[in-house]
Amino acid sequence: MADTDESQTDGQNSVDPSEVEDAPSLDEVLQQSHKPTELDTTAPPVLTVDNLRMYFPVHSSGVIRRKVGDVQAVDGISFEILRGGSLGLVGESGCGKSTAGRAITRLYKPTGGSAKFGDRDLVKLSTRELKPLRRDVQMIFQDPYSSLNPRHSIGSIIGAPLRIHNMVPKKQTLSRVQELLEVVGLNPEHYNRYPNEFSGGQRQRIGIARALALQPKLIVADEPVSALDVSIQAQVINLLQDLQKEFDIAFLFIAHDLAVVRHFCPEIAVMYLGKIVEIADRETLYQRPNHPYTQALLSAVPDVKQAAIGGRRERIMLEGDVPSPINPPSGCRFRTRCPLAREICAKVEPPMVQIGPRHKVACHFAGELGNHPHDPVTARMLGVDNDGNPDPGATPTEIEETPGFNDVWFDLKERRTVKPS
Amino acid sequence: MNNEHFLSVNDLQVHFKTADGIVKATDGLSYTLDRGKTLGIVGESGSGKSVSSSAIMGLHQGTSARIEGNVWLDGVDLLTLSPPEMRKLRGKEIAMIFQDPLSALHPYYTVGHQIAEAYRVHNAVSKKHARKKVVEMLELVGIPQPERRFDGYPHEYSGGMRQRAMIAMALINDPSLLIADEPTTALDVTVQAQILDLLQKLQKEFNTAIIMITHDLGVVAEMADDALVMYAGRAVEYGPVSEVLTHPEMPYTWGLLSSVPDVTADTDIPMVPIPGNPPSLLNQPPGCAFQPRCVHSSKVPGDLCKTTMPDLLPGSHGGSGHLTRCHLPNPELIYETEVAHDVTPTQSEER
Repeated sequence: MADTDESQTDGQNSVDPSEVEDAPSLDEVLQQSHKPTELDTTAPPVLTVDNLRMYFPVHSSGVIRRKVGDVQAVDGISFEILRGGSLGLVGESGCGKSTAGRAITRLYKPTGGSAKFGDRDLVKLSTRELKPLRRDVQMIFQDPYSSLNPRHSIGSIIGAPLRIHNMVPKKQTLSRVQELLEVVGLNPEHYNRYPNEFSGGQRQRIGIARALALQPKLIVADEPVSALDVSIQAQVINLLQDLQKEFDIAFLFIAHDLAVVRHFCPEIAVMYLGKIVEIADRETLYQRPNHPYTQALLSAVPDVKQAAIGGRRERIMLEGDVPSPINPPSGCRFRTRCPLAREICAKVEPPMVQIGPRHKVACHFAGELGNHPHDPVTARMLGVDNDGNPDPGATPTEIEETPGFNDVWFDLKERRTVKPS
Repeated sequence: MNNEHFLSVNDLQVHFKTADGIVKATDGLSYTLDRGKTLGIVGESGSGKSVSSSAIMGLHQGTSARIEGNVWLDGVDLLTLSPPEMRKLRGKEIAMIFQDPLSALHPYYTVGHQIAEAYRVHNAVSKKHARKKVVEMLELVGIPQPERRFDGYPHEYSGGMRQRAMIAMALINDPSLLIADEPTTALDVTVQAQILDLLQKLQKEFNTAIIMITHDLGVVAEMADDALVMYAGRAVEYGPVSEVLTHPEMPYTWGLLSSVPDVTADTDIPMVPIPGNPPSLLNQPPGCAFQPRCVHSSKVPGDLCKTTMPDLLPGSHGGSGHLTRCHLPNPELIYETEVAHDVTPTQSEER
């Protein structure tokens, strides 16, 4: 422990009670805690991701090392993030959510697709052309212990982006760093301390200050709170909400904790094995999910309220593990673990269909829990019969797969395209 | 002294002497547990929940830890046993499941070999017999193709399967006490649900007593019979889960509940954090350890919170065996009027 830490300088066990700081009052704490973020659906999109793909080649062993396949970590995902909004990306480990975030920040070079930021495509830009855009797209990493260089003081860590992008004259770097420290709730006097002198929650605040230094328009936050204790998680989430409001930053929020995502993101996309299976606004996704995977995921979360009743709550159990992304199942990728899977699921991949004002789902048997249809809703638009074989009598309808949402959608009950009245 | 319970931990203290002073990792911890029952221990990192359980396993032997108190297991005080005597119990009567199965399994040996070793240490059987037993056990915990998987290495297993293998290893000697230290924290929710189901099934089958260490109140609510909330090395709330999580009486438990939003509740509840950071276990102030972060301490008259450590006493709700460590004179009223609507709005409406 470094001796600058004044709270732990001597081994005396007696602390004068009058020196103990007063706790903040309940009202102060309540003022700092926010309700879930609302979404302004009329705002223009900052980021439009269309059919983004990220494959990693797999090579054979031996001298020649031929390419024998691809890990299809992200396989054609599309979504929009509105200005000042936040999209949550959830799914099990290995579903490609972190890879998607890293492809968008161009820590990886995506295999295909596009990610339009303003009028420029993040996928196609060269490294040199990318530098000015890095200012607008920043990232917060999961592990606050390995994402800060232990040999650099936090002043130098937060000051690095300012220096690289010539944001402020050299003389003003320090005052800007101190400003940033204050914004994220750290003591500005601590700029010459090292990361090891801070706790996990404080380190994550340093990571946030570093991301904020360039005043980005979009922050990709990859599991920003999952390494923190629960009481600290809420502090950091509230801080992110404050910053989002103040600086109008859009977030791509990657997490596996469904409760945290629900609080922070007005819109959420659920990923499974490299694909988005359902994307919807908060209320719809959590209260009326239509994809069997979303339903299983939500039912797996342990519930505190169960304490009053005792025992486990009823849940949809998923058997087995996620299949390998090197050789994903044919048709629908979830079919090997899906309680609803039928013949059509192995033959035809379900298209992403918009079924509500802000709700899209990719499932042949999409429906609310317990109300899944008996025959595939997608058969007619795909031009196949109920078993997934090509049906010469049916004419496939054009399915428009746009990253955003349309004004018209496919009504699951009436099985036709409807316009809101 | 207390022989009516299967496990009874009595005033357990685990102190570490360091250059900066004595770290009181666990101080005056007492609880009891019966066979077939589950105790959930909740708390933040550094609250002493793992340290106290390692003390039961005798894992602090040979370190600088100073351990005092009693741990009665079936009439034997574990803390008085000699290392060889403890070795006989460890892995046979008391077993442990660790948080990170990848670092708890040896990467150089096959999973089957490691589980068989645990069996052969306590049972004089042939390798062949041990293999048969291990394959049975792997099948019981739901590992597909156990014959083939026996010869697999840990890196060939997925996270959920590794944790299943750890459970198989812990349960192979049919222990009467199982300590599960954050067994599902590193796993996805869907796998977590599978593992928790498995633990419950096996508990019924073997009538095991389980100590479940976790920071997830949802897991405690669904798995445990009793809950013990720890803060800065001490129990701050202890009692049946149905009491502790529905009528919590300690501001720290309230804070834990309100800082984790509930996925099934209304979508517009604010996320109320606990301000500040967990305290250092060195130089603990004389008063309540939670006082510097407690938003309700102003409701206690005078400087009581700062000067006097509250005792663990029966709560005002009067539920059976619900103990809480807090000076607040009317915690139930404060919870109902000021806290409950931020925690579980549906619950407060129901009442």
